[in-house]
Amino acid sequence: MITYDSVTKIFGTGKDSVTALDNMSFSMPKGEVVVFLGPSGCGKTTTLRLTNRLETLTRGTITIENQNIMDIDIVQLRQRMGYVIQAIGLFPNKTIAENIAVVPRLLGWDKERISKRIDELLRLTNLEPELYRDRYPAELSGGQQQRIGVARGLAADPDILLMDEPFGAIDPINREEIQNEFLKLQAKLKKTVAFVSHDIHEAIKMGDRIAIFDKGRLIQHDTPEIILTQPKNKFVADFVGSDRALKVLGLMRVSNVINRKPKNIIQGAALSQEALNFLDTNGFRYGIVIEQNRPIGHVTQKSLKYEKGPVRDVAEQYPIFLREKTSLRDVLSSMLMYDNATFCVLDEDKHFAGTVTYNDIQKAIKAAYYDETEHAENEVSS
Amino acid sequence: MSTLCFIVDNFKEVIYLSWEHLWIVGLALLIATPIGVVLGIVITKHEQFSSRVLNGANILMTIPSIALFGLMLPVLAIANMGLGKVPAVIALVLYSQLPIIRNTYTAIKNVPPYLVDAGRGMGMGKWTLLQELEIPLATPVIIAGLRTAAVMNIGIATVATYIGAGGLGVYIQQGIARVYPEMILSGAILVSLLAIIVDGGMALLERIATPEGIKVQRKLSQ
Amino acid sequence: MKRLLAKLYRVIIALIILISGVIFERTGLIDLLSDPYEYPVIMELFIQHLYMVTISMSLATIIGVTAGIALTRQRFRRYAGIGMYIIGLGQTIPSLAVLALAMSFLGIGTKPAIFALTIYSILPIARNTLAGITEVPPELIDAGKGMGMPPIRILMEVEIPNAMKLILTGFRVALIINIGTAALAYVIGAGGLGDFIFTGISLMQTDKLLAGAIPVTLLALFADFLSELLGIVLISRGLRLSE
Repeated sequence: MITYDSVTKIFGTGKDSVTALDNMSFSMPKGEVVVFLGPSGCGKTTTLRLTNRLETLTRGTITIENQNIMDIDIVQLRQRMGYVIQAIGLFPNKTIAENIAVVPRLLGWDKERISKRIDELLRLTNLEPELYRDRYPAELSGGQQQRIGVARGLAADPDILLMDEPFGAIDPINREEIQNEFLKLQAKLKKTVAFVSHDIHEAIKMGDRIAIFDKGRLIQHDTPEIILTQPKNKFVADFVGSDRALKVLGLMRVSNVINRKPKNIIQGAALSQEALNFLDTNGFRYGIVIEQNRPIGHVTQKSLKYEKGPVRDVAEQYPIFLREKTSLRDVLSSMLMYDNATFCVLDEDKHFAGTVTYNDIQKAIKAAYYDETEHAENEVSS
Repeated sequence: MSTLCFIVDNFKEVIYLSWEHLWIVGLALLIATPIGVVLGIVITKHEQFSSRVLNGANILMTIPSIALFGLMLPVLAIANMGLGKVPAVIALVLYSQLPIIRNTYTAIKNVPPYLVDAGRGMGMGKWTLLQELEIPLATPVIIAGLRTAAVMNIGIATVATYIGAGGLGVYIQQGIARVYPEMILSGAILVSLLAIIVDGGMALLERIATPEGIKVQRKLSQ
Repeated sequence: MKRLLAKLYRVIIALIILISGVIFERTGLIDLLSDPYEYPVIMELFIQHLYMVTISMSLATIIGVTAGIALTRQRFRRYAGIGMYIIGLGQTIPSLAVLALAMSFLGIGTKPAIFALTIYSILPIARNTLAGITEVPPELIDAGKGMGMPPIRILMEVEIPNAMKLILTGFRVALIINIGTAALAYVIGAGGLGDFIFTGISLMQTDKLLAGAIPVTLLALFADFLSELLGIVLISRGLRLSE
């Protein structure tokens, strides 16, 4: 694990000096992805580059597994960490295999071990070894190149990975794909990753924890949920975005709010007038029609008023159904799209599992922001 | 043509003079290249000297060749080496510096900085970086500089005849002195052919020295 | 401005070195120069030298720039490749050989020398003009066309100004080589400072040698400096700022 203790970095001297980092301290646990987040010039990249001594500390110490980085030979230190940059930086004069092999060769691995490792890494990043080993970077697309960039960083199987906006130079469509792939990889490999980003969405998606920087200071260091629901100050709140309620919904699932035993269930065979009675007596505005434990649609007092036949013929079909792992953000989006405040959830066997209503979502948000709304009554949202 | 006859008739001499010419140029390049390349690399790593070194080399090249020979004469005459091949080779080494240093400097400077950053960040030491990244990428341009120097040197070596260095310029000098048109033409044509051949040879070398990855990159970006 | 000062600095340094060389040979050279019979000879040779350089450079510039521009025009574009190749080939040929060839076909004297100098100087100028205009960003030409500028206007107001840096470099290279080659023209019977240099070498007369070598060197350095000045005048400030 990596510890930053009172880290300060000043560029230049005298009048023209720039304080890039001011007395910053925090710890990164092993096996987690920490996103260094913030606007340009906040110090996030500087922190990363101080870690592998590409920049020199002005004050403070950085330790890796309780060893001061200044006590380790600088070249060896870097060879122990993977370094993946935005510009990708594959050496154009070397083949893909030769690029990946750079650090293993520096470490003195024998040829066979290196060759096996190259194939292993190519497969891990979804690039078929026979096809890509002897290609040159210029022959690959941007997305493919950066996959190799990640493979190259992992080549010597380092415990730590330093990534500086690694997916920034890739088009949005491929970026999402490569982010997902990396998350799958990380789930398998469990590296300690320092990931620099300026994109809040990427940070929420990729980070186990987020460290937000502003003007050289570490403002908040927490999980994405806490940063979204309990931003420490206005800067964090603004950076996270005024739509943070929606962002939090992105982190919550149907399973968080599902109502498994709603009371307004009506069997499909029931007659309309009976159903109308049932709704009226209980004060339900609508009912969910189920047949053979599968939801069909819904009926309202209004839609039943003049009907005589079975409810199943009157029920208005649900446009979509939810699963337990659907994010609440997608649920809300569907509610807006279909102008429907209630949806049914299906389990793996496509049976009725419960409902999610707009009110359920609203209650969940309110609970999450309980602290904030309590203390920020006078704050006007932008 | 009568010129052709001349060349054929004096074939042995032609070979000898051509060899002499190439020898002077070759020796000069052999000495100039390590000096120039090393200087070029040094000034990329120590920017403060770059403008002075490049300027100095530029001044050298601005001096007309015959004038440089003339200026060296009295100085070298002290060691009794004012005439002959020695001043010729020295002058050629000096003239070759600008293309070689400048091309080396530009070539290494043109290696994209983010590549160097990636390399350093991965733990490549200074020498490893030079060896595996900077020099391979810079080599084609450095050889282009050598090519310029080589062709230039063939021309200057022709003039060196007048300070006793020998070479194909002898045909021109003697031809003029003896009013022997076939000799003059032979000299002019032979030395031109030599220059063209050397230029072609160096172009081939340039191609061989280009890393495969760069050739691929160039092809794909067209 | 910085470049101008740098070149001035170079000229000064060279001057200092040469002056010290002069002082070293003080005994012979100054006497030679102050000799009422020799001094006018030097001046005459200097003027002859200048004459050859000026005429050949003027012709070469006109022909070279025109040829370079011509090869970028629609009609002749397909010859650009061959043209560059021939120019490249020509530049490989040693200057002394060009002089010798000129003499073989045109006889001795100043005229064949000027002919040879002109041909030889056309090469760098034409090549750089061609390259300079080719490298003008196509968007600029497109913008001009779109605004309704006739082709001549585009040439004069967009293409040439943007190509000026390269054209001037070609001019400078040609000029320096020209001055040096003109010094060689002596061997084919033309005048110029080469007279003193070659005579000085063959007769082992150091004072004469230096009397020829130093002025020609200073001339070359001065021409280099002048080219830099020309650059400031001819290259628009906007382009110089973007460097």
